[in-house]
Amino acid sequence: MTAAVSIQSLSQRYGTATALDTVSLEIEAGEFIVLLGPSGCGKTTLLNLIGGFAEPTEGRILIGGRDMAGVPPKNRPTTTVFQDYALFPHMTLRDNVAFGLKMRGIAAPARAAKADAMLTLVGLQGRSERRPHELSGGQRQRVALARALAVDPDVLLLDEPLGALDMKLRRQMQDELKAIQAKLGTTFIHVTHDQEEAMAIADRIVLMNAGRIEDAGPPAEVYLRPKTLFTASFMGEVNRIPLTAGQTPLGPLLSGTGTLVIRPEAISTSGPLALGPARLIDLAFFGGYQRARFAPRAAPDLVLTAHLPQATHLDPGTELPLFATSHLLLETDP
Amino acid sequence: MRALTWAYMAALYAFIFLPVAVLVTFSFQDGRLPVPPLQGVSLRWYETVLSDRNLMAALGNSLLVAVVSSTAALFLGFLAAHALARVRLPGSVLMRGLLIAPMTVSYLIIALGLLTVFNQTGIRLSLWTAGIGHVVINLPLCFAITYAAMGDQQRSAERAARDLGASDWQVLAHVSAPMLAPALAAAFFLSVTFSWDEFIIAFLLTRFDVTLPVEIWSMLRSGLSPATNAIGSLVFLVSVSLVIALELTIFRRAR
Repeated sequence: MTAAVSIQSLSQRYGTATALDTVSLEIEAGEFIVLLGPSGCGKTTLLNLIGGFAEPTEGRILIGGRDMAGVPPKNRPTTTVFQDYALFPHMTLRDNVAFGLKMRGIAAPARAAKADAMLTLVGLQGRSERRPHELSGGQRQRVALARALAVDPDVLLLDEPLGALDMKLRRQMQDELKAIQAKLGTTFIHVTHDQEEAMAIADRIVLMNAGRIEDAGPPAEVYLRPKTLFTASFMGEVNRIPLTAGQTPLGPLLSGTGTLVIRPEAISTSGPLALGPARLIDLAFFGGYQRARFAPRAAPDLVLTAHLPQATHLDPGTELPLFATSHLLLETDP
Repeated sequence: MRALTWAYMAALYAFIFLPVAVLVTFSFQDGRLPVPPLQGVSLRWYETVLSDRNLMAALGNSLLVAVVSSTAALFLGFLAAHALARVRLPGSVLMRGLLIAPMTVSYLIIALGLLTVFNQTGIRLSLWTAGIGHVVINLPLCFAITYAAMGDQQRSAERAARDLGASDWQVLAHVSAPMLAPALAAAFFLSVTFSWDEFIIAFLLTRFDVTLPVEIWSMLRSGLSPATNAIGSLVFLVSVSLVIALELTIFRRAR
């Protein structure tokens, strides 16, 4: 099952602190949404409000068109995968996964069958009789996922579910999450502070900052055409060149006022925008690319970072003309 | 030096266990007085004790009071601990303090206070009133043990249970209580042993039906007899069995 979520002018204040500031967001049924942002940006607060663990100070949440005001978590069509898994240590995996069905009064044989099917879906077939302490972190996370999905929620909420896993396992779980979501069609709302994870799994990324939505869109759009400087630098490394009435420290590059944003992979030895000659400070090997730092001749203090091809051979001190293959002009932060 | 430490340990254990050893030894006395010398080994005092209707009734009463009052104390203590551990209330520190405070009050004072209340309100003294007294002394214990055992793991599991559709009572029954089972059992068995041994409250708050310690006390008034040693040994046996059972089941598993 699946449902659309409509968040309308939602605010959450704790005393004088504002955790969420009039946030509005329309989520389509079956969409994989990632709420992304630094810690304290309000993404977890928003997730808790959708799950019913707190009531908003102002605003409304509609799930499948139904107003959720005053509806406790147990009566909402949502379930949550928690960061710390929150499995029941005294129950077998089958009983863990079947717990929600038991609370809904489903008979024992039917819920055992459903629980085994859900465990199979997450790749834990044949382990129904095990207990959580016998599992690895990744397996526990799968059980938590199976448990939350077993009650056929309309909306699945995932609170940094992969935060405790190592890099390799995290990549693998991202692929599986994406595949499971595509198979079930349930609306997924996933919270993370890892922009790579967000880009790997999201249909749409909602980038949050200081209790507000900073930017929202498909991964490529948010990365390549960010609306704000915050989005640009949160989604990946950027070079920022201040631009005032057509003047930059590197000389007159283009007209306008703001901040010229160039990603390291967009700096090259040829391209449409000439940045002038620069001296190579150092070069570090990063596997897929080499990370180079340049000091432009016109403004040696303005260090430019570039990702150069693996095979590049350059000695520090070499001077060469730099170009940008793409760039953005964004409003400077106040 | 090494010999000295061993001697010290032996002396320590002798100091603790000599009274019990003497009590048990002279419960087998083949004579009328439980004092040295041991005149021979006999089980006749056990026979006397086990065929004594009053004593056996008192033993039954003691078990009943211990189990019922401990169950009540555990139930109330667990609910209070759960509430104070989960919900932030104004003055919860004060409430916690007030719940534990009866531990510091002497049993005699508690018994006198309850006695006054029962007299004023016209409640007749019975095993129930003694049981109420035992709930008063054991509730702080049950509260303290279960409160200390509540951690973040339970908190997040309870949150997950609520998210999956459990009502408050279902959360308590299916998640909180099973996760705290070792602490709950420890609190229960400690309560049972305290209630089982308790004399002053039981003495002041019972009238016709009495608990075992009160019955033993009335036996002692008619002078020393190996029969009191025999019943004392039986009481000791029950307490020791409880402690051993506790050690084997709960504390071992907790490790």
